[in-house]
This record gives sequence, structure tokens and C-alpha cells, in this order.
Amino acid sequence: MTTRIYVPCDSAALAVGADEVAALIAAEAARRGLDIAVVRNGTRGLLWLETLVEVETPQGRTGFGPVDAADVPGLFDAGWASGHPLALGLVEEIPYLARQQRLTFARIGITEPRSLADYLAHDGYRGLRNALALAPAEIVATVTASGLRGRGGAAFPTGIKWNTVLKAPGTEKYIVCNADEGDSGTFADRIIMESDPFVLVEGMTIAGIAVGATRGYIYVRSEYPHAIARLEGAIAVARHHGYLGADVLGSGRAFELEVRKGAGAYICGEETALLESVEGKRGIVRAKPPLPALAGLFGKPTVINNVLSLATVPVILDKGAAYYQDYGMGRSRGTLPVQLAGNIKQGGLIELAFGVTLREILYGYGGGSASGRPIKAVQVGGPLGAYLPESQWDTPLDYEAFAALWAVLGHGGIVVHDDRADMAKLARYAMEFCAIESCGKCTPCRIGSTRGVEVIDKIRTGAQPVQQIHLLRDLCDTMLNGSLCAMGGMTPYPVLSALNHFPQDFGQPDTSRHAA
Amino acid sequence: MPAVANPAVDTPSVQATQAAVDDILAELFARLGDRQDQLLPMLHGLQDSAGYIPPDRVPAIAAHFNLSRAEVHGVITFYHYFRTEPPPRCVVQVCRAEACQSMGSDSLLEHAERTLGCGLHGRSADGAFGLEPVYCLGQCASAPALTINEAVFARVSPARFDALMAAAMPREAV
Repeated sequence: MTTRIYVPCDSAALAVGADEVAALIAAEAARRGLDIAVVRNGTRGLLWLETLVEVETPQGRTGFGPVDAADVPGLFDAGWASGHPLALGLVEEIPYLARQQRLTFARIGITEPRSLADYLAHDGYRGLRNALALAPAEIVATVTASGLRGRGGAAFPTGIKWNTVLKAPGTEKYIVCNADEGDSGTFADRIIMESDPFVLVEGMTIAGIAVGATRGYIYVRSEYPHAIARLEGAIAVARHHGYLGADVLGSGRAFELEVRKGAGAYICGEETALLESVEGKRGIVRAKPPLPALAGLFGKPTVINNVLSLATVPVILDKGAAYYQDYGMGRSRGTLPVQLAGNIKQGGLIELAFGVTLREILYGYGGGSASGRPIKAVQVGGPLGAYLPESQWDTPLDYEAFAALWAVLGHGGIVVHDDRADMAKLARYAMEFCAIESCGKCTPCRIGSTRGVEVIDKIRTGAQPVQQIHLLRDLCDTMLNGSLCAMGGMTPYPVLSALNHFPQDFGQPDTSRHAA
Repeated sequence: MPAVANPAVDTPSVQATQAAVDDILAELFARLGDRQDQLLPMLHGLQDSAGYIPPDRVPAIAAHFNLSRAEVHGVITFYHYFRTEPPPRCVVQVCRAEACQSMGSDSLLEHAERTLGCGLHGRSADGAFGLEPVYCLGQCASAPALTINEAVFARVSPARFDALMAAAMPREAV
């Protein structure tokens, strides 16, 4: 009987040599006359173990990792047995994975991303079939009842957004997927698109049926060529099999989908800038109102959601609103895909119900820093998120709990820094990043960020520190309250949190224990 | 981790002749039509095929989409990804974002600058190698990361950088 050996084809695995591992496994098997089929699955999200090779056994899939090409002959010599130093046992039983609550990521790493048959065999397209049996308002009501909130930072309820578009007048409406995941420390969208692209295609199709849109766009960053290729492949296959097109599954409803490639502008992750970019213009933010739900792409009513929101819709339509709503705490319902990254021993994708503490993520899952040194600061929610000192690590992951700390949960990205981090330098970087990436439309962001770099430079060189820190706070206040969008409006989060919690890095006396 | 042959690294960047650029443009214009929302796909198509967006073609592009030259120029220059001169044979992009910084991308960048003999946004003396920043490749849990002619590599130590470059560089340039 053919033994199946799984080698991930997610770009995180490819970036550490998975293609070579897969090729060598096939070559070694042929040389030894073994009946082996190499399957290219997605990633399990246990990224410190990539390349994570899995071998199918009667008990389940057993793992080996991280496997380098040089390890392959030895693994064959050892018969892929559990005694090998790289052996991990049954992958499903690795505590990091076994303790997760995977809803959006249920199929990730298990299936072949390119295979529609595999997707269907693992509950794929059940959500769409259920949706097609419902009236549009019922689909929207289901999404509303699930408690699903957007992952873009504002955490706006998805169902309410859809309802606005459903009720908006006009027959020409659009679904736009914001796949411009440019935040450092986030890669959940990338994993969805590369490892389970059909779930995004299905989620967008359901959204289209729900609000009466017949066309969707997925705006993917140019830094993700692999994700673009996977999505385009999935769309072509879905169209070929009648899951997209003029008559979706014989329902008489039409939905078409297209991938649009970004061009390296961070600001296009801001929804109105993204719409401008799809329209063929510079990605400059629009003033709101009007809301995109009423006047979005090409001036028409538009649902614009993140990858994770749209990719979560199929499971909600498959298993029901109550099933999803049962996870989570307070007003943060369902699960949050946490992305643990930076200086961490066991970085990866962790999908859990809201409510787990940051400390549990850092130590219970992450195993502490990669360098073995003490963790100093943790930035949550991307480059515009706050730096949290140890005194705040018992905060549960929950939108409201983070807001109370003057921090954001955003997209669930967590970047860990050890005790060597210079927080004044990181604060300077935040301002510099804003200066490079500002769209330039509003003055607080465009000018404020450049002045911010200069002021922090003066603080770091010890020139008039008291006055300059006063000036920096004043500048941050202007950016916070005067910017048109989150780019300028949130850059003060990393800057001020660094200053407030790590004043010693700015040459100030350490008063953080009182200030926090 | 040993160096591995990577097809993307071994292929020199495409640089088309003048006549070829006109052919590429004609094909793109015919395929994409003239709605303004096709401008970015068109610019991507041109850069993918010609290696860059020749500034002397901006008037033709503007005329095709019924836009002003300033509008097209504005779009090209707004986006970091688009380039208006031929790229070096080998482009190295080092991730500058926080997760990579936390794992030593600053010292990796310094190492790359020394090895290639140029700073960020610069080119090596022979013009063959270019060094550019990039802000997040989605490899944050396997930092630091970089690309060599768009092929992504993660967990890149200075030693691994040397091995990757040795595979990418022609022998005489090492």
C-alpha cells in the first residue's frame, strides 16, 4: 500500500527549504524502491517546526520536524520511526495544537490547498449550500447572531456591516476582501490564502449571495506572490466546477471573483485607500462618511471585510450562529487567530476562543523567548499597536480589555522583544514607518511623523529631553486626534506606550510601575 | 541550513528591448481594456514582463486610459513596488519590520551591506546587486526574513545569507 508523506507548501515552509525536502523524499523513496506518495499539504501553523513532515500511519499522522534536506536520508534509514530525534509523535496530539480551538483554521495543514475534492471531503462548501437555501436577510441575520466582528482593528460587527449593504439601494454592489495584511507579526491571512484558499472563496460567495453583490475583489499585497497564485488557482477551479460564475450551484445567482495585486503601499490596508487602489488610483484615504457600505467601490454599496472575517463565514453558515457564539467572552465572541512571532521559541498560529491571557500565550504556547533571555516588551496588534510591559501580560485577549489598557488587539498579531530591545529606537521606528507609508492626505500624519522622528532623535541624543518629551506628547496628541485614518491616528500607540512603560530607554527615570 | 539551488535566484531579471516593450504594452492594452481600474494590473503586467516601467511610456499609458500623464506618474510613484529603471540582476530585499528586528535583522542588514558593498536603496559597484528594504513578508515567526529576486527565505543568519548569495552570485563576483 502506498504510504503518504505530507510536506507543507505554505511559504513559511518553502522559505526554510520545504521544496528541497519534498524532492529529496520522492528521490530517496524511488532509490529505495518504496511505495511513497508525497502530498503537499498546507501548514499546521506550528512554524518553529517547519519543515514539518508528516507520515500517514494506522494511528494517524506522525510528525518530524524541523526537517532539513540533509535530514532526509537519515529519516529513511531510521524507517521514519518514533525513536528518531526529530520525531514528534502524532501531530494532532502535540499540545500546542491539541489545546487550540480551531474553527476558521479547522482544515489548515490537514488538506491539500489546491484540491477542491479534499476541500469538499472536509466539509467545504456546506456553508454555501446552506446559504443558498436561505433568504439574503436570513444569511445576514445568522452572521449577526454569531457575534463575528471584523479583524481590522475597529472590530466592527460583520453582520451589521452586511445589513447596511443589503438594505442599500442599487443593484450593483461589491464584496471586497482586504488581504493587504502588512502588519509585522501577522500572517493569519497569508496562511488562509496559501493553505485553505477555497474557504475564502466560499466566504466571499456567501457574502455576495447575502447582500446581492455579483462581483468580488480580493486585494492581496504584492509581497505575497505565493498567496496570489494559490487564490487564482482556487478561483479557476471553483469557477470550473460551478461554485462561481453566472449560476452558482444552479441557484440562478451570479458571483464572480477576481484577485487584485497591491503594490507595496501599507496604507492600502486602510479600507478606503484600498478601494482607491482597486479603482486604479493612488491609495489615498477617503474621508468618511460616506461609509463604503453605502458608497464604496466605484461609488457603489460595498462590503469590505478582512480575510479572517470572510473565511469564518463558511463555518458559521455550516454549523450555525450558536455554535460560533458559544466561544469567547463578553462582547468578543468566537475565536481569535493569534499570531505569535518575533523573539519567541515556538512561534506560530494559535486559534483560541477570546479570553486567554497574553502570559499564557507567551509562555504556555510560545515557551518564552527564542534567545532564552527575559521578555521585555510585547507589541500586540501590528506596528501601530501598543507595547505592553510585563505588568500587563495577565490581560485577557478581548477587545474591550485591551481598549481599557489603551491598547489594541487588532488582527491578533503578537511580536515579542527580549531585554535587548531599545524601546526609544522602536518608537523612532514607528514614526519613521509612518513617515514612509503615510498617504500624505492629512497633515498630522504626513508632517507629524517626520517631526516625530526628529524629536525622538533629539531625546535619544539627550538634547533638552524634558522639553522634547513634552513636545513629543503634544505631537502625538495632534496625530491621535487630528489624523484622517488609523495610520497617523494610531502611530502614537507604540510611541507613547514605549515612552510610558519604558522611560529609562528615553533617558528618563523609571516610573513605569506607578504609571502603568 | 545548507544552501539550496533556487530557480528564482538563478534567473536574471528580465530586461526587454524597446521594441519588446511596445509589444508588451500593445498586448496588455488589448487584454485589459481601458477602464481605469485596470491601471494597476497593467503596470504590474508591464513590470513583470519588462522588468520596470519605462518613464517614456507614461504618455502612451495615459492616452490609453484617458488620464493625464501626471495622474499616471502619480500612481507609479505612489507605490513602492513599481520601479522606473531597470532592476539589477539580483535584488535582495531585507525585511525591516519589528518581528524581524527582534531577531536581529539590523545586524543581518549590516552584514548584507558589507557583503554587497552598498547601503539600503543602493547597488553593488558592478551594478549587479541591489539592496532594498521590505516591510513584512509574513514570515514573522521565522524571522529574520529576506527575498532574493522575490524568492522568500526565513531564519536567515549571516552564514545562511552568505550561502544563499554564493548560490545566487556568478562565481567571478564572489
